[in-house]
Amino acid sequence: MFKILQAAPIAPGIKRFLIEAPRIARKHEAGQFVILRLDEHGERIPLTIESADKERGTITIVVQAVGKTTYQLNALKEGDEIRDVVGPLGKPSVIENFGTVVIVGGGVGTALAYPTTVALKRAGNRILTILGGRNRDLVILEEEMRATSDVLYVTTDDGSYGEKGLVTDKLRQLLASEEKIRLVLAVGPVPMMKAVADLTREKGIHTVVSLNPIMVDGTGMCGGCRVLVDGKSQFACVDGPEFNAHEVNFEVLMQRNRMYREAEKRSLEEYQHSLQDRQSREEGVCLMSGVNP
Amino acid sequence: MSPVKEPSANPLTLKERMKVPRQHMPEQPADLRVMNFTEVNLGYSEELAKQEALRCLECAKATCVENCPVGVKVKDFVKLIVEGNFLGAAAKIREDNVLPAITGRVCPQEDHCEGACLLHKKVESLGVGYLERFVADYEERMGAPMAPNARATGKNVAIVGSGPAGLSAAGDLVQRGHKVHVFEALHEIGGVLVYGIPEFRLPKKVIREQIEKMREMGVEFETNVVVGKTVAIDELLGEEGYDAIFIATGAGLPVFLDIPGEHLNGVYSANEFLTRINLMHAYEFPRYDEPIVDLRGKHVAVIGGGNTALDAIRSARRLGAEKAYVIYRRSETEMPARIEEVKHAKQEGIEFRMLTNPVEFLDDGRGWLKGARCVQMKLGEPDSSGRRRPIPIEGSEFEIPLEVAVIATGTSANPLIQSTTPGLKTNKRGYIEASGETQRTSRKGVFAGGDIVTGAATVILAMGAGRRAAKSIHEYLTTGEW
Repeated sequence: MFKILQAAPIAPGIKRFLIEAPRIARKHEAGQFVILRLDEHGERIPLTIESADKERGTITIVVQAVGKTTYQLNALKEGDEIRDVVGPLGKPSVIENFGTVVIVGGGVGTALAYPTTVALKRAGNRILTILGGRNRDLVILEEEMRATSDVLYVTTDDGSYGEKGLVTDKLRQLLASEEKIRLVLAVGPVPMMKAVADLTREKGIHTVVSLNPIMVDGTGMCGGCRVLVDGKSQFACVDGPEFNAHEVNFEVLMQRNRMYREAEKRSLEEYQHSLQDRQSREEGVCLMSGVNP
Repeated sequence: MSPVKEPSANPLTLKERMKVPRQHMPEQPADLRVMNFTEVNLGYSEELAKQEALRCLECAKATCVENCPVGVKVKDFVKLIVEGNFLGAAAKIREDNVLPAITGRVCPQEDHCEGACLLHKKVESLGVGYLERFVADYEERMGAPMAPNARATGKNVAIVGSGPAGLSAAGDLVQRGHKVHVFEALHEIGGVLVYGIPEFRLPKKVIREQIEKMREMGVEFETNVVVGKTVAIDELLGEEGYDAIFIATGAGLPVFLDIPGEHLNGVYSANEFLTRINLMHAYEFPRYDEPIVDLRGKHVAVIGGGNTALDAIRSARRLGAEKAYVIYRRSETEMPARIEEVKHAKQEGIEFRMLTNPVEFLDDGRGWLKGARCVQMKLGEPDSSGRRRPIPIEGSEFEIPLEVAVIATGTSANPLIQSTTPGLKTNKRGYIEASGETQRTSRKGVFAGGDIVTGAATVILAMGAGRRAAKSIHEYLTTGEW
């Protein structure tokens, strides 16, 4: 059992958890992830580690509710426990002094980019960060990212905050105005990462993306997370999760991520119905107790 | 035939024993069991077990024992069954095998004890596996206490992996008085027994009971630790204070066929397909959250001819597959699967497409599998494995319509530990180098055994390696000599 020490919403549908996991905290490096399972009937899902405190033996994860498991997870509070957390998994990010680095964080992807950004800054890089979201609420970790960036830009699809437009609009401008961009790190929705890769490919700028395929064990045993990289099968859990963006076949990634869409939809609907049922039962009980003291 | 010299409780003459037919294992009818995941074999009754045990010729030279990878004293335990001393029989097996309820179910007896049985040459071999299972289940029902451990030695042993090799070593070491801590990467104890072998062949309850016995014996288990990631071998030997380590992490990474279309939705490795079903209970979706592609009314094929292949396709059948094929590039004679599994699969309506090899998986235009283009094979001269080499027949290509394909053609070494343990030698294929006798590796205090040394093999061979490792670790810990 892994205890939740803190749980706080940071945006609508997005929550940050501080979890007691001393073994994982001790070994964590930027870019790595954990796999967790909430309870006896739960599925195993991968989540990137946002930060770790080796002394206190804690890790932090940022979770956006998109399916049943993440909805369930985001309903947990301080003091609750998670049945299984395993990690740190995957290869750490490559940290060097590249020179000027552009970080592109889309939505909750920013939380995944954060530890690598900190490490890159510490290694002496000049950091230009672009944060994007559909709207103001979905631009997360802005303060944290600002503190570790030399320049920070914000874009929103609806213009409710920062500049109106996509992260790639801003990136296009930077690619035109900045001369010495040595590395672009893009973490966010697959279409965003693909769009970034398409932009930088023309310029020949090395670009790294962190991929999010469906996983089960996370140790290389099942091969469910295989992605096509440079025409070859790679396992995101042990060979990644970061890959050279210009070699990734994003179409195959999107296609494979759709594999269980029906089942995922059903799980979430049944979960939400069960919540509604429970709520109406509880309300029913309250009414009864009112009538019959 | 070696005549019986010692006094025997068996009232039958050797001739009479050979006239007793091998007692049939009661099983769930095929048409019923394809609709559930409960165990196919129902187990012997006391009467059936006694009747079967009477068939043992009690050979002076017990080839069954010699051919058992863990050296179970078959002749002795069978004799105890004849005498009606079932708990004594169980204790006798436990001297050499800590997981009798498991091996009694999944061991390929025809390759070991039963294959070497003298009866096998004349009539049908003694049902050693059935008898082993019977006494193990009897022992569990009776709740017999375990034999006490030797006096505590104060030595600590870490075992990496809780599959058959790790459990077998853990049992032997704890009995010798060492403190044993088993690390498991997944959330459940049992390794391949839990994620690989389906409920209908090896119920989870049986595994849990055997594990529970090991806990009672004093073995400690820790789940969710990926050694090589969560903690390194050198940290275990260093700050965590272990005196010896046994690496028993199993085979590892699935091998794909390297043919076009392997990324299509509906194409699985057997490891993933079986892990979703067994470990994650996808067959109980949505009660359990982990999904698997809906197989109802679908055409499903497994590629490969081993036990894993049959486990996968028989699971697919139970999940509602309308057509279920085994596609294998050699002929049925060369199939490495257990004879009983082949028989059961056929009873369950699995179609065997032998001498067939897929060359491409076909896309339905939306990223899902719609079929496999296959080529017909013929058998040529024997290859390095001693089996006749399959050769494609030119111009024989044809298509099989399929919605799901499961690839069960083997595994390769998982490099997690090797790559994080300096000085640990591996062979060309990436498996850990270890002495076949002592299971010692190139690193002092570090032993390895099972599939991570040999490549994919069987439960019982892994258990044999676990026993050898335990013996050798005990020697190392008591003498300090490397």
